[in-house]
Amino acid sequence: MALIRKSKQFKWNRKHLLGLRDLSTEEITYILDTAKGFEEISTRSVKKAPPLRGKVVVNLFFEDSTRTRNSFALAANRLSADIIEFTKKDSSVSKGETLLDTAKNLEAMGIDIVVIRHSAGGAPKFLSRNINASVVNAGDGFCEHPTQGLLDVYTIRKKKQTLEGLKIAIVGDVAHSRVARSDMWAMTKLGAEVIFVAPPTLIPSKVSQLPVKVSYSLDEVIEKVDVINMLRIQFERLGGNPFPSIREYSHYFGLTVERMKRAKKDILVMHPGPINRGLEIESEVADGNNSVILEQVTNGLAVRMAVLFLVNQASAQKAVKK
Amino acid sequence: MKVILDSKQIKQTLNELTDKIISDTPHNLNIAAIGIRSRGEILAQRLSSQLSKKLGKDIPFGTLDITLYRDDLNSPQGTEQPQVRTTEIGFDIDDKIIILVDDVLYTGRSTRAAMDALIDLGRPRAIKLAVLVDRAGREFPIQADYAGYKSDAEPSNLVQVNLVESDGKDEVTID
Repeated sequence: MALIRKSKQFKWNRKHLLGLRDLSTEEITYILDTAKGFEEISTRSVKKAPPLRGKVVVNLFFEDSTRTRNSFALAANRLSADIIEFTKKDSSVSKGETLLDTAKNLEAMGIDIVVIRHSAGGAPKFLSRNINASVVNAGDGFCEHPTQGLLDVYTIRKKKQTLEGLKIAIVGDVAHSRVARSDMWAMTKLGAEVIFVAPPTLIPSKVSQLPVKVSYSLDEVIEKVDVINMLRIQFERLGGNPFPSIREYSHYFGLTVERMKRAKKDILVMHPGPINRGLEIESEVADGNNSVILEQVTNGLAVRMAVLFLVNQASAQKAVKK
Repeated sequence: MKVILDSKQIKQTLNELTDKIISDTPHNLNIAAIGIRSRGEILAQRLSSQLSKKLGKDIPFGTLDITLYRDDLNSPQGTEQPQVRTTEIGFDIDDKIIILVDDVLYTGRSTRAAMDALIDLGRPRAIKLAVLVDRAGREFPIQADYAGYKSDAEPSNLVQVNLVESDGKDEVTID
């Protein structure tokens, strides 16, 4: 029995996590393997470990969030870091302060990791070039939401052992979804086939340049896929009329009990939240046996602990080199 | 390179450690063996199976990953990048005599980390340290309760424990 995996030569050296597009398969796998070691912390009586003791994490959220912000806060807490909560509403941003000034001022207080969510794509990258702290992207514009992508593949890997050869449908408002993009990068790098399923108006315009297939019919793909990830219609980002009515959208692209009858018995039903019950997914399906929606949330915590841990490690080692 | 324990001697050493643990521990108390990754895990498994056999009851064993408790994570002295692995302890450690197992006791730093990690899991009745090799060079006030081979190797020496499960053979060498 091989109890010890031979230690690989692989070394994590990214001080920032800006997106999954640039990560290698090996790097993604390393994060997932690391996350496994963090799951146990949340099951003990003392739900805390000391690796980020004395470090300061800032949650710099320029957009609303429940899951991601709380998940990062709890992850930082469980690693014994101190956390500063920053939201647009209660800050000097409303007085006209720029992103960079806000970040520089926070940095002047001695912070180590910035977790940033921003409506402008590229904001995390911009920040990473201008401050010394580690930057973790918690969602930027329509670009990426890397920790969501990671927790999604983590959840799939846990249930299906591997993503190699799986068919995965990402259904709904793909055009406005950074989750869909991060999912796509992570899933395809790990060997899955990804199909974007949506009405043509909700498919990204340059989709032919992405490593995915496209279908305009959920009925066409429902029988074939091993995993289905239902996206929320992002009404706050929609311009014009991408579909005639909510009822019609729901009729053609909603994951209903009826459609589930035609799906594979062991299909995984996922959703990044927040759910619009009865719109993109029926309650019976969201709460059904195939649903891993709440497990995604639980796994998100372990994945974010791993990410905070790893960027801090890389940062500590870079400091040594200097 | 010199072999300081061969496969037969390792077996014999573990046997002696098992007997010593049994003679020290009142029969009404519950023992469990917890090994520090990676080779402590293998030794803990062997100890628990020997203890189970000799005591005629099941002695559980678990694995402790101490990476998150290391004292060199953020220090300039930490050179290699430690990989976080899983802690797998499928039983309640509360009120048990925990035999903490490692292959080599050297600076005492791993043991300190392991004790802190254990305390976050519960409140054992006692923690006893069992090691295959007790090597000189302590940096912390920590000593083994059960030590196999005592080595006064110099800091420049490399003491290496090889075990069948991880390395293909049982052997302790000094270089």
